[in-house]
Amino acid sequence: MKFLARRVGFYAITAWAAVTLNFLIPRMLPGDPVQSLINRYQGSIPSSAVHSLYVLFGLDTKKSLWQQYVEYWQQILHGDLGLSFVHYPTPVSEVIAQSLPWTIGLVGIATIISVVGGSLVGVYLGWRRGSWADGIVPVTTFFSSVPYFWLGLLFISLFAVTWRWLPPGQGYDTALTPGWTPAFVGSVLQHALLPALTIVLSSVAGWILGMRNMMVTVTSEDYVTVAQAKGLSERRVMFGYAARNAILPQVSGFALSLGFVVSGTLVMEMVFSYPGIGYELFQAIGGKDYPLMQGIFLVITFSVLAMNILADIVYVILDPRTRQEA
Amino acid sequence: MSNMPLDVVPVDAAAAAESAQVDTVVPSRQRFVFLRGAKAITGLVILGVFAVIAIVGPWIAPYDPDEMTADLLVHPSWHHLMGTDHLGRDIFSQLIVGTRGVMIVGLVAGVIATVLAIAVGVSAGFLGGVGDEVLSSLSNIFLVIPALPLIIIICSQLSDAGNFVVALVLAFTGWAWGARLLRAQTLSLRRRDFIEAARASGEKTWRIVWFETLPNLTAIIASSFISTVTFAVLSQTTLAFIGVTSVSDWSWGSILYWAQGNQALARGAWWWFVPAGLLIALLGMALSLVNFGIDEFVNPRLRLAGLTPREMRRRKIRPRIGFTVVAKDAPRAVARPAVVPVTELDEPADESLPADAVDAPTGFEPPASLRRSATPDSTGPADHEEAAR
Repeated sequence: MKFLARRVGFYAITAWAAVTLNFLIPRMLPGDPVQSLINRYQGSIPSSAVHSLYVLFGLDTKKSLWQQYVEYWQQILHGDLGLSFVHYPTPVSEVIAQSLPWTIGLVGIATIISVVGGSLVGVYLGWRRGSWADGIVPVTTFFSSVPYFWLGLLFISLFAVTWRWLPPGQGYDTALTPGWTPAFVGSVLQHALLPALTIVLSSVAGWILGMRNMMVTVTSEDYVTVAQAKGLSERRVMFGYAARNAILPQVSGFALSLGFVVSGTLVMEMVFSYPGIGYELFQAIGGKDYPLMQGIFLVITFSVLAMNILADIVYVILDPRTRQEA
Repeated sequence: MSNMPLDVVPVDAAAAAESAQVDTVVPSRQRFVFLRGAKAITGLVILGVFAVIAIVGPWIAPYDPDEMTADLLVHPSWHHLMGTDHLGRDIFSQLIVGTRGVMIVGLVAGVIATVLAIAVGVSAGFLGGVGDEVLSSLSNIFLVIPALPLIIIICSQLSDAGNFVVALVLAFTGWAWGARLLRAQTLSLRRRDFIEAARASGEKTWRIVWFETLPNLTAIIASSFISTVTFAVLSQTTLAFIGVTSVSDWSWGSILYWAQGNQALARGAWWWFVPAGLLIALLGMALSLVNFGIDEFVNPRLRLAGLTPREMRRRKIRPRIGFTVVAKDAPRAVARPAVVPVTELDEPADESLPADAVDAPTGFEPPASLRRSATPDSTGPADHEEAAR
């Protein structure tokens, strides 16, 4: 378990780094975000809030940087991320709590489909290297070179505007009241289909290619040849010997690329006006809502860390060597 | 774009002089040999075209991209090659003028991030111990923290984020992957005989790093440069699209920003958003083609065996990994050079060719001095697991 302990230690450091970055960025960058906000809202911000804004942005010059840092940590640990401007006076934590389930549902399922499906296709392509199936590689490369959001735009224009098969955006039909009714759940699924499809299509290429290349490398190892020579069935050699070893870098790659994946899907939500965290971020950018932006950054970082821990647990299960070290 | 790291034929007087003095350095003619494959050259040609457009763009654009006319939202025609937007501005001109911003951000971010990656990665690999722990945790932290939200926070607090600022921010957030790759490769190089020999003969550390290690890392450095450029181009486009960077500067992303903001989708104005996306995809494809070329050089197992799938079907060869496929019409088996793995297919029927020439359509013979880093064991699973820790 030494491996897991080391990893958890690393994540603790990363979490600290993220919070500290979040604390330092508004204090190090030039400009006065509070003044530009007050100008922007033209007096609709009450004067009592102005001071708390300065405190929030760390422009409260009466206190030392260290004092501010300690107070910032106290706020974070109490779950207090400040008040949102766009949804004034709702606390940022509440805004995020409302939108997080949508993101987890959409991005989580789409990412799982993409990773599992992509790895399976990669296993096959790597095993049959040089066959017609290699033709899939350039096609998937094209999809991965296209920015996520542009594919989303294209799909909206084709499936939603031209052919009218699927709704162009939003999380559900606004005519329905949210609840566990069949009509509402159906509407949610219908609305999630297009964004999920786009996420899968644009992220699956990396998994296919990574798995294929690892399969190609692993299958020329001696133990694969020995397994073949023993007369084991091809399926057994493919999955039990080759794929099991080829998947290890894929799992650690998954943990590391989560940041990219999440970033891409955030933009996807913006395109589809999907009521998740990405769309909130989009609104926050439009309204210069710094507390909301920073809160979202923290929440996303922490979720990515949590998923990383999960990936590490999977790694320990797959690779016996990590267990022996203890 | 076709700046130093991508030059196919570097005619560098200084480098030539160096290699004359130090015979362990790759002779300058053979440098960047990893950019000679068909894929890499295709990619480089496309990149070259984009680079030329980026330089001369504002002069060859048929219209001023900001000039409003009465032709609102017209379809593509000879008059307006890619139609006009909601203010009657010519989209073709916007695309051409916008190329510069994209290329500058990609290049600047790529160069800065690669320099950072080399500094962190190579020194982590060489230092070992606590220094290595600190530097590699630093790069892992930057890998795990989601980049886009961080970039958004930084850029949106800078009141007017121009191209160079964006490039700096992207370099600051995008160097970690390259550093990680370089560290893993440096670790495996460090234990090789020629480095040990250099150390034993009393070479200074900076000399070992500069003349013994870095030349052997060129392929990986180039590959991480290309990946960073791809990351920077995609991020720049994304930032412009969501309106974080200044929308008055033209770039492909800002065209998409205007298209999305003005209901181009609902109005059916496909000419407004399709070309910009295709250009991004083309640029991304070109970059990944170059990277594939490099990958196939570094890991020869990824090279195809010189037979196209159609050819194999015709000869009833069913490719399968782990075994040498015997081509039935091959008259005899020819011994392969050591770098070519067992998965290579046997000789095609043409006996008149020497063994080396058969590789020509797919790859190229690595120069002897680079072959060390290209042996399969350097990219085998052991290294990957080491990197995973």
